[in-house]
Amino acid sequence: MSHFTKALLLVGALAASACTNANRFEDDPALSRGTAAPATGPIPGSVDDPTSTAFFQQRVGDRVLFAVDQSTLSPEARQVLDGQAQWLLTNTDYMAVIEGHADEQGTREYNIALGARRANAVMEYLTSKGVSPARLKFVSYGKERPVEICSEEACYAKNRRAVTVIAAGGLTG
Amino acid sequence: MKAFLASLSLALGLAFLPAAVQAQEPLRIEITEGVVEPMPYAVPSFVAETPEAQQYADQISRVVADDLTGTGLFREIPREAHIAQVTSFGAPVQFADWKAINAQALITGSVSADGAGRVVVKFRAWDVFAGQELGQGMQFAAPAEGWRRLAHKVADQVYSRLTGEDPYFDSRVAFVSETGPKGERVKRLAIMDYDGANIQYLTDGGAIVLAPRFSPSGDRVLYTSYQTGFPRIHVLSVGDVQSRILQAGDGQMSFAPRFSPDGRMVVYSLSQGSNTDIYAMDVASGATRRLTSTPAIETAPSFSPDGSQIVFESDRSGTQQLYIMPAMGGEARRISFGQGRYGTPVWSPRGDMIAFTKQNAGRFHIGVMRTDGSEERLLTASFLDEGPTWAPNGRVIMFARETQGAQGASALYSVDISGRNLQRVRTPAGASDPSWGPLQ
Repeated sequence: MSHFTKALLLVGALAASACTNANRFEDDPALSRGTAAPATGPIPGSVDDPTSTAFFQQRVGDRVLFAVDQSTLSPEARQVLDGQAQWLLTNTDYMAVIEGHADEQGTREYNIALGARRANAVMEYLTSKGVSPARLKFVSYGKERPVEICSEEACYAKNRRAVTVIAAGGLTG
Repeated sequence: MKAFLASLSLALGLAFLPAAVQAQEPLRIEITEGVVEPMPYAVPSFVAETPEAQQYADQISRVVADDLTGTGLFREIPREAHIAQVTSFGAPVQFADWKAINAQALITGSVSADGAGRVVVKFRAWDVFAGQELGQGMQFAAPAEGWRRLAHKVADQVYSRLTGEDPYFDSRVAFVSETGPKGERVKRLAIMDYDGANIQYLTDGGAIVLAPRFSPSGDRVLYTSYQTGFPRIHVLSVGDVQSRILQAGDGQMSFAPRFSPDGRMVVYSLSQGSNTDIYAMDVASGATRRLTSTPAIETAPSFSPDGSQIVFESDRSGTQQLYIMPAMGGEARRISFGQGRYGTPVWSPRGDMIAFTKQNAGRFHIGVMRTDGSEERLLTASFLDEGPTWAPNGRVIMFARETQGAQGASALYSVDISGRNLQRVRTPAGASDPSWGPLQ
C-alpha cells in the first residue's frame, strides 16, 4: 500500500511539471484555458490521465527530431527526453520501443543504419537518466514510415525523428 | 515450379539445313559508347504447325520482337510493311523482298503444340543482305505455360549472334511490389520475368520487406523483413516458397544481405548500438565473421565475381563513399572521390565495373565506375534513383525511381550501361529494390 501511495505522489509531481511544457507537439486549447478539468479527476487512459500512454504521447512528447544526417540530440530534444525518462521512471509497468526514422533523401540501407543511430542516441540518453535498459528496445525503420509525405524540408524535418512507443508488458524480438 | 523449370528442354544446335559457307563478315551490331543506329530487322509471325499452336505462334514472335527492340539496338520493321509472307518454315527465304524494305536481319520461326501441353518452337535467323543464315537453326520445347520463356530463348540466341554479347532475356527479377499511400506502403516480395511478365508474390504484405537479393543460381532469395518487429535477414527458397530467418541476435538489426558468388556465404550489415558493421555468414553452419570494425556506418556489401573482394559503402570519411576490401576483411581502399555521396555499390558480373547510387546537389543518379574509381559515368538523374542491379550479361542496369511529393510512387527502370535506352519496366503496381537473377 505504501508503495502505491508513493507512486501516486510521483505521478502527481510529474503531471504538475509536465503541464509547464505540455504544448510542444499538441495544442490543446481546453488545457491551456483550464476549462476542461473535471471535478472528479481525469478519465483513466485519457490524455489528462498522467499514467496514460496518451498523456505520454501528447503531454510529455513522444518524439524528438534531428538535423539532416545527424543523430546528435538538440537541447530541445534533451528536454523532451528528460520528460520521457521521468515518466518511464514513474510508470514502471511500461516498456518502450524507440523507433528511429530518416527522411527520404538517402539510400534505403544507409537510412536504416542512420535511424538506428538516432534511436540509439535516445536509448542512451534515457538510460543515462536512470531508465533500465531492460525496459527499452530500439528499432530503425529507415525511410520506410514517413509521418509527413511531402517532398520538402517542412516534411523531411518531421520525418527525421525518434519516437518512443510505450507498450504495456514484455517486449519480444 | 521446380518441375516446370527442369522440364524446359533445349535442343541446341539443331541444324535444319547446312549453312552456306560464309565468305564475308557475319552481320554484327557493335555496341560502342557512341551513338548507335538501331539495326532494322523483321520478325514475321511464326508459322503455326498445328491448330493448337495457333494461339502461341503470334505471341511468341511478338515477345521475341519486344525483347530485341527493347534493347534499343534493333528496330523492328512493322509487319504492315512486309512484302513477303512466310507461310511455311521450310520454304526458301525471299531475300529480295526483305532487302526491299531494308531489313538487315530476319527471324523466321514455327510453333507446334502436341496436345499434351507441350509447345515446341523452331527458329532461324538470316543475314538478308548477305543472303545467308546467321548461325544454325534451333528448337526449344517447354510446357505451354512456359511459352514466354521459349520466346526469350529465341530472342537470346538472336541477340547473342547479332551483338556477340552474352544473352539476358530469359532471366527473372526479384523485387518489392508496393501499394498504398507513401506513409503506409504495403510491401510484398515478388519475382517476375525481366520484362515484368509472370509476377509471383512471395510474401503477403503483412510485414515490411526490403531489398531482395537473388542467389547466383537463382534458387534462393535473401531479403530483409520486419516480421518480428525488427529488421532481420530471411532466406527464401524459390522452389517451395519457404523462408527462414538467417540471423537472429536479440536486440540486433540485420539487413543489406548479398550472396557470395558460390552461394555459400552471405555478407550483410549488423547494427549494434549506434554502430553498423559488415559481417559474413556461412549459410550452412551459421558461423559469422566480422569484416569491418569502425564506428562508422558500413553497409551495402557486394562481392567481386571471383569472390576475392567486397565493395561496400562507409561514412567513415564523414559522408557515404565507396570502398573495396578483401573478402575476409582487412584494409579497405576508397575508390569514390567525386562530388557528392556514393552508396549501394554493386560489382558487375564481368568484374570490371561497379554500379552505384550517387547523391549530389539534391539529385540522385545511377552511375558506373571502374573498380579503381576511374571513368565514373552517371547514367541517370532524377529526384530519387537508387539500388542498381546488373543484367546477367553486364550490359544493362535495372534500378528503382521514386517520384516526388505526396503522390510519389516507385517504379523500376532499366538503362544500358552506355546511358542510352532508359526504359520503364512494366509492373502492375509500384515496385522497388530490383535484384536481377541469373540467365535461366
